[in-house]
Amino acid sequence: MGSQQSAPFVQAIQLGKRVITSEGPLTILDDISFSIPIGTSVAVVGESGSGKTTLLGLLAGLDVPTHGQVIINGQDLGALDEDGRALLRADTIGFVFQNFQLLNGLTALENVMLPLELANAANPREQAAEFMARVGLGDRLSHYPNQLSGGEQQRCAMARAFAAHPKLLFADEPTGNLDQHTGKRIIDLLFDLNREQGTTLIMATHDEHIAELCDRRLHLDEGLLIKPDESSSDVGC
Amino acid sequence: MAAPINIQSQTSFAFSWRMLWRDWRGGELRILAIALIIAVTSVTAVSFFIDRVERGLNQQAAELIAADLVISSSRQINADYIQAAKQRGLKLANTTQFRSVAVAKEQPQLVEVKAVTQHYPLRGELRIADVLYGEERATQAIPARGEVWVEPRLLQALNLKVGEPLQLGARSFTITQVLVYEPDRGGDMFSVAPRVLMHADDVAATKLITTGALVTHRLLLGGKRTAIDDYRQYVKQQLQPGERLLSVKEGRPELRAALDRAQHFLGLAALISVLLAGVAVATAARRFAQRHLDTSAMLRCLGATQRSIIRMFSLEMLWLAFIASSIGCALGLLTQMGISQILDELLLITLPAPSSRPLVLGYATGVILLLGFALPPLLALKNVPPLRVLRRDVTGAPVHAGLVYLGVLLSMGVLLYWQVGELQLVVYVMLGTLATVLILAIAAYGLIKLMNRLRQRVGVAWRFGLANIARRPASSVIQIVAFGLGIMVLLLLSTVRNDLLNSWQTSLPPEAPNHFLINVQPDQIAEIQAFFDQQGVATPQLYPMVRARLMRINDRIVSTNDYQSDRARHMVTREFNLSWAAEPQVDNTIVAGQWWREADHGKNLLSLEAKLADTLGIQLHDTVSFDINGTLREFTISNLREVDWDTFNINFFTVVPPGVLEQDPASWVTSLYLSPEQKRQLSQLVKRFPNVTVIDVAVIMDKVRSIMDRVVLAVEFIFLFTLLAGLAVLYAAIQANQDERRFENAVLRTLGARKPVLLRGLIAEFITLGALAGLLAGLAASALAWVLSVQVFHFPYQFNPIIGLAGIGFGIAIVGIAGVLGTRTVLTQPPVVSLRQGT
Repeated sequence: MGSQQSAPFVQAIQLGKRVITSEGPLTILDDISFSIPIGTSVAVVGESGSGKTTLLGLLAGLDVPTHGQVIINGQDLGALDEDGRALLRADTIGFVFQNFQLLNGLTALENVMLPLELANAANPREQAAEFMARVGLGDRLSHYPNQLSGGEQQRCAMARAFAAHPKLLFADEPTGNLDQHTGKRIIDLLFDLNREQGTTLIMATHDEHIAELCDRRLHLDEGLLIKPDESSSDVGC
Repeated sequence: MAAPINIQSQTSFAFSWRMLWRDWRGGELRILAIALIIAVTSVTAVSFFIDRVERGLNQQAAELIAADLVISSSRQINADYIQAAKQRGLKLANTTQFRSVAVAKEQPQLVEVKAVTQHYPLRGELRIADVLYGEERATQAIPARGEVWVEPRLLQALNLKVGEPLQLGARSFTITQVLVYEPDRGGDMFSVAPRVLMHADDVAATKLITTGALVTHRLLLGGKRTAIDDYRQYVKQQLQPGERLLSVKEGRPELRAALDRAQHFLGLAALISVLLAGVAVATAARRFAQRHLDTSAMLRCLGATQRSIIRMFSLEMLWLAFIASSIGCALGLLTQMGISQILDELLLITLPAPSSRPLVLGYATGVILLLGFALPPLLALKNVPPLRVLRRDVTGAPVHAGLVYLGVLLSMGVLLYWQVGELQLVVYVMLGTLATVLILAIAAYGLIKLMNRLRQRVGVAWRFGLANIARRPASSVIQIVAFGLGIMVLLLLSTVRNDLLNSWQTSLPPEAPNHFLINVQPDQIAEIQAFFDQQGVATPQLYPMVRARLMRINDRIVSTNDYQSDRARHMVTREFNLSWAAEPQVDNTIVAGQWWREADHGKNLLSLEAKLADTLGIQLHDTVSFDINGTLREFTISNLREVDWDTFNINFFTVVPPGVLEQDPASWVTSLYLSPEQKRQLSQLVKRFPNVTVIDVAVIMDKVRSIMDRVVLAVEFIFLFTLLAGLAVLYAAIQANQDERRFENAVLRTLGARKPVLLRGLIAEFITLGALAGLLAGLAASALAWVLSVQVFHFPYQFNPIIGLAGIGFGIAIVGIAGVLGTRTVLTQPPVVSLRQGT
């Protein structure tokens, strides 16, 4: 994957998240700093509980940090209120989740239509159908999520994510709920679509094989970013 | 590249419509819609009906009194009034109304005679038919001399046909027409006897109007508005006690009062349905909100702002409210036709076509109900953090229960105020309802706890069932109370009403008088006593009565303006019947002063019934003046009596000592018990004494019962929606727990529980819920019936265990069946599917 060493598209500056528990304050992320140029694919790796999902939430503006800054496309998320961050997400960000997050009441096609409809896009039905065909679900348009297999659900979720042409895509353990074979097909599809659209990809995973497919890696351990060691392709701090 | 997602109103309009359709398809909105439809239907049905009657009254106001102005009097209309009307160029007609007994084919029948002069009615028209149920037509004519027109039910009662003779007093008439409609008939809305219309000039020949007979004379006036207004001003100054002015404005005060009561009562009845529907809406909306946490989080994640989420869900709810209200209004229109049909005979006015006014109320009810009850939980959706897409356990700020209940109370208050229009009543009803619901809820909670103790002693299926009830106490209490209310009102209306009537009837002695004889002339007393002697009936005692008008209390001239209560106003203007007696009646108790001794006979003393004295503010030793036959006579109150009116013995409000009124024109009355065989001899009595009117208590009771039946049927019709609303609550509650149930059953089945066991568990659960609701309803209905009979009607109430059993049976049947039907899909879904979907 060709990464460009240009101005950072995503920047984390001394990012930290601390929560208050019954046993006192708990640091989930501490002093995380990195920058990601546009079009780069980055794997966030680490053990369960290392803070991968929290980092993704902060980067996507789904959650607010206790301290530090997130800058996306030159925009400081800390300067935006919740609705401002929502607008930024609408404009720039797409998601793929471990548990797919398809809405059960809607058909597969309607799930894909959702972001297009919300953006008041022209011909949402046609566009969505096109993406469904692109992920190989052209014959499953009117099926409900519970009528789809896990792999199909994740493909549907990817169609939804890419249908809105996001500049930045977050993927949270996209193959976590899938068997190895299906998982591989999903990852292939993900990278294909990513390449086609030139999307910046940030993916949390604990699968080393998938991480290796990315341009760079961020290694989290108990909320701390491990300094890049052997791999020169790791993201610089 | 996606455009920024700030859903603009136009977009959210279309988007919310699509969301509505998708949610509907997913079955998420069904209960909300059904509950709304039930509420709107019951409210609009009542509103359409009341509106039609009200507009009917307004449109036909002049017709309803058959004139522009009417003077009603218990005496011959003052000649001066007639003179003054003629001077002003007004059109005139007279009516004379009285009760009598008509005889045909040897059968006597109580009738209400109306003798009319030419030009009657001045407004509106009579409608007649040549044969029973024949084609009706309007007519300007009145019956010719020697002819009568009679109401269909007289023909039915006596098995008569047009052309056959009918004896009225001393004269025989030919029935020439069936009287189908009479514009001013309404004054006798609950009239016992059928109408006989005759020519005024025939009255004398019947010899029915004797001294002291109870007759209503009316002078009907019609003309230009200015002339009528002028005449009204004049006559208002002249009116004597016993004379009443009826104008178009007052229309039919009795029907208007009945309408007001109906509006309050039916409106409140409908409101109970609205309240229950509200509970269903709130329950369903909570689940809706719960199930839309993911949607909201996803929409937020996709960039929707909090405002657009609120706007979208609000719009979706408005769409739903609009559609459901439309259906509700249409059903309300149909239901209203049912109510009109049931009450048709009692109304006696032609109802205009429904207007669109109730639609406003219908749509407002739908919107207020949905927004008031559903919006609070939905508002919480905006607080769903988008982080939920990454962490399912994040739910955001929970719905503040206080906010929900405040919304509920406010919505209820607004709706109630709209229906009733009296703030004080609204406050009372709300507090009363809250108290009732609270008591029912506490009782339900107690019963649930009690039931739970039985768990150790029953089999596995019942243990599941009882555990389910106990585990969700709030939901169980809501279901029990909702159904309890519905069943309670129906029990109260059906079983308890009959119980009250029966309790009252059994409180009467077995041979309580069942017939009244009125209008007996002094020279007939001996003959009548001899007649009954011959028939083997205990010689009846006859009592004299002299008609009199109350003019003064002490030095004060009596005026209706002195009194607040309707009863007092009515009592001061009515004619009093003064009787005389040496001894008080056995069922009278002197509560103040002393009954007169023989030495007092001939003195102007008066014994007054205690309650009336209280109503009119008259004390012992006060003086009261009566106009008796044109002369003013003053009496001193020498004692106050309590009277047991329930005995059907003849009693009087006012009694004087012997030797005071004997020279005044009096008629005599009596009451007596006649066995069915003795009753057959009555026609002979009527033949021999044509002026005497016989009133059969059983006939009146039957009439009262049939009127009550009709009214109750109409009310039950409205309360049927209460039951339906109860069902909606049940379904909403079932739905709210459905996912949980599914998961539990899947776990149980995985653990080896067989389907029949699980089914028995469900049956046990809902049978118990139904039984508890029914038991509570039965207890509450009995308690209310007891309060009504002892506190309001003052007779002992016989507790009827059937009520409790009926309640339980009813509850088990409805809740049991509906509950099992509503939850059976839980059993049909393979456990693996449930487990995969998780809770």
